[in-house]
Amino acid sequence: MEQTKSAVVNGFAATFSSTMSDSASGSVDKSVQVKLVLLGEAAVGKSSVVLRFVSNEFQPNKEPTIGAAFLTQKCRLEDRILRYEIWDTAGQERFHSLAPMYYRNAQAAVVVYDVTKASSLEKAKSWVKELQRQANPNIVIALAGNKVDLVQSSASSSGTSPSLDSEDEADDATATPGETPGSSGDPESLRQVPREEAQAYASEAGLLFFETSAKTGEGIVDIFTEIAKKIPIEHILAATRGSSGRPGASGNRTEGTRQQGVNLDDNAPKPKDACNC
Amino acid sequence: MDEEYDVIVLGTGLTECILSGLLSVEGKKVLHMDRNDYYGGDSASLNLTQLYRKFRPDQAPPTALGRDRDYAVDLVPKFIIASGELTKILVHTDVTRYLEFKQIAGSFVYRDGRISKVPSTEMEAVRSPLMGLFEKRRAKKFFEFLQGWKDEDPTTHQGINLDKDSMKTVYEKFGLEPGTQDFIGHAMALYLDDDYITKPARPTYDRIILYTSSMARYGKSPYIYPLYGLGELPQSFARLSAIYGGTYMLDKQIDAIVTDADGKFVGVTSGGETVKAKQVIGDPSYFGAGKDGEGGKVRVLEEGKVVRAICLLKHPIPGTDDSDSCQIIIPQNQVGRRNDIYIATVSSTHNVCAKDVFVAIVSTIVETDKPELEIAPGLNLLGPIHEKFVTITPLYTPTSTGTSDNIFITRSYDATSHFETVVEDVQDVFKRVTGTDLVLKKREVEVTE
Repeated sequence: MEQTKSAVVNGFAATFSSTMSDSASGSVDKSVQVKLVLLGEAAVGKSSVVLRFVSNEFQPNKEPTIGAAFLTQKCRLEDRILRYEIWDTAGQERFHSLAPMYYRNAQAAVVVYDVTKASSLEKAKSWVKELQRQANPNIVIALAGNKVDLVQSSASSSGTSPSLDSEDEADDATATPGETPGSSGDPESLRQVPREEAQAYASEAGLLFFETSAKTGEGIVDIFTEIAKKIPIEHILAATRGSSGRPGASGNRTEGTRQQGVNLDDNAPKPKDACNC
Repeated sequence: MDEEYDVIVLGTGLTECILSGLLSVEGKKVLHMDRNDYYGGDSASLNLTQLYRKFRPDQAPPTALGRDRDYAVDLVPKFIIASGELTKILVHTDVTRYLEFKQIAGSFVYRDGRISKVPSTEMEAVRSPLMGLFEKRRAKKFFEFLQGWKDEDPTTHQGINLDKDSMKTVYEKFGLEPGTQDFIGHAMALYLDDDYITKPARPTYDRIILYTSSMARYGKSPYIYPLYGLGELPQSFARLSAIYGGTYMLDKQIDAIVTDADGKFVGVTSGGETVKAKQVIGDPSYFGAGKDGEGGKVRVLEEGKVVRAICLLKHPIPGTDDSDSCQIIIPQNQVGRRNDIYIATVSSTHNVCAKDVFVAIVSTIVETDKPELEIAPGLNLLGPIHEKFVTITPLYTPTSTGTSDNIFITRSYDATSHFETVVEDVQDVFKRVTGTDLVLKKREVEVTE
């Protein structure tokens, strides 16, 4: 498992609980809240990516998302602590029924596709367009080609062999590379989205790009670290200062409109949910 | 779509979304559909494009109004009573985590040709022009009586039986003038007409206590309001429902409600496919509202109409101390009507319109065949009106409880200025659908000043 970035970012709550215990209640909370939304076609592994990041777990046959409003995870970047508030689609993307509320004030988005399914990249592109239309103009978007474990052999295979078989394996159970079209021991033949193609699109569209595996953990922490580096933290701090600091709800709607004369600290009966992790 | 559901919900108005959320949380398998490509149905908040598409399909939004996405114009003007039933549901279901609330800055009442603030503090009460000096003393005694009332302590009752004596009796006991009665009954108890006066005083007592406790909660007015408009409310309950497994389909035309030979609900046909479920819940528009002679049985009846004028202003409402938001109540007696006229105003402070724009909605229950004239006393208080969109909306009510055919129809959004009747409908439908009362626990809601 790749944990090379763990000096900067640690995805696991236990390591951080002591660091954070004092700041949750203090008025000088240095943590910055970042609302991050997940997007992508059904069954590309959106929830698995988050579950890996938040709990360092993987469930091979994960049921479609149920029961979590959003997950939170802290992420340390130099002297700053970001607190990701990660929103899952709760399946509302399936029939194009995501509410505008979902995108509202999101400062970051992870758009996930499945490297073994070409159509999922097309879907990812349409989500990126949707974000550019609906979301905060400063939003940081990362494109994640998930299930890369399916196209890797233990010995590193070379190059790409685009197998454009469009058989629809609409299933997020990534642990079953057996039923592959024309696979004769070469996992790379499962790949439908060449890394170069996705990388080129991401560069052109100004997105961060990663190939990831929620199953092995590859690339997962990197997504959140790189997003953290790119997020205009000072901007968020300025916009939410004196506000409740809840990115999903604060008035940090677009560039200019700041809340005037609103000070939640004076008025709020209690700080919002201190921490889930 | 060959799955079978416990409940199909039609329409994503607030009532339907709360029910969908509550039922999903209870473990029901819910399919929720809407014919529109946006959430909220009749209780949506629209951006400029959607607003013009709805009211002026042949016209593009003028660029002078600013950016489309800055707008979230409510179709139904309502505010949330801080200590009311909707607040309890919001807190109980924890959807408050998706929402941020602001206070409505003031509550005003029209009297003798001008508007005055409904006092929110004792200081304001002392200075208020709404009552003369002696009347203030009488009113003070009246409010002390209400605040001091304890059901179990007859010495606090001063000879009044809230469950038997009429409100008229109570007013007379304290010698309150008709103008004060107007103010109490309409600006505080929020009655739309004067029918309450001859009825037992208990409900009026409850409403006044609700008003004063809500007022005391955050200070400026008894109302709170969600940033980005009321349309956030159905969206947040829809998310709750989805998180608990509810399936959402927008932009789905509903072709037919399918019933068996006994008239019992079987399923819903959309796009040539029929989805089956045990029960269906929906707003009246999905059950023949506004269409006559549809062959089948009449499921909803019109019980009146509301006229609403959505007005875009470039200034705060005159006489409201430049409030960024307010409610103004024009009691019916003041303008020779049977029903009150309401004005609800919000602005860019609530992230519902461009900067320096104010959205004022004037509404009342229709009494004549010239509804737009009926709201003139309200429109006249606004000053120059930049844009105006007038709707006359029939109010529908279901003809049956649904328990015999498993078809449960909600009510249209009425003319009241708050959500209490919406929650009553939610509680009513919930009980009819599940056979059990909706039980909520109470916690604190967080509000931005």
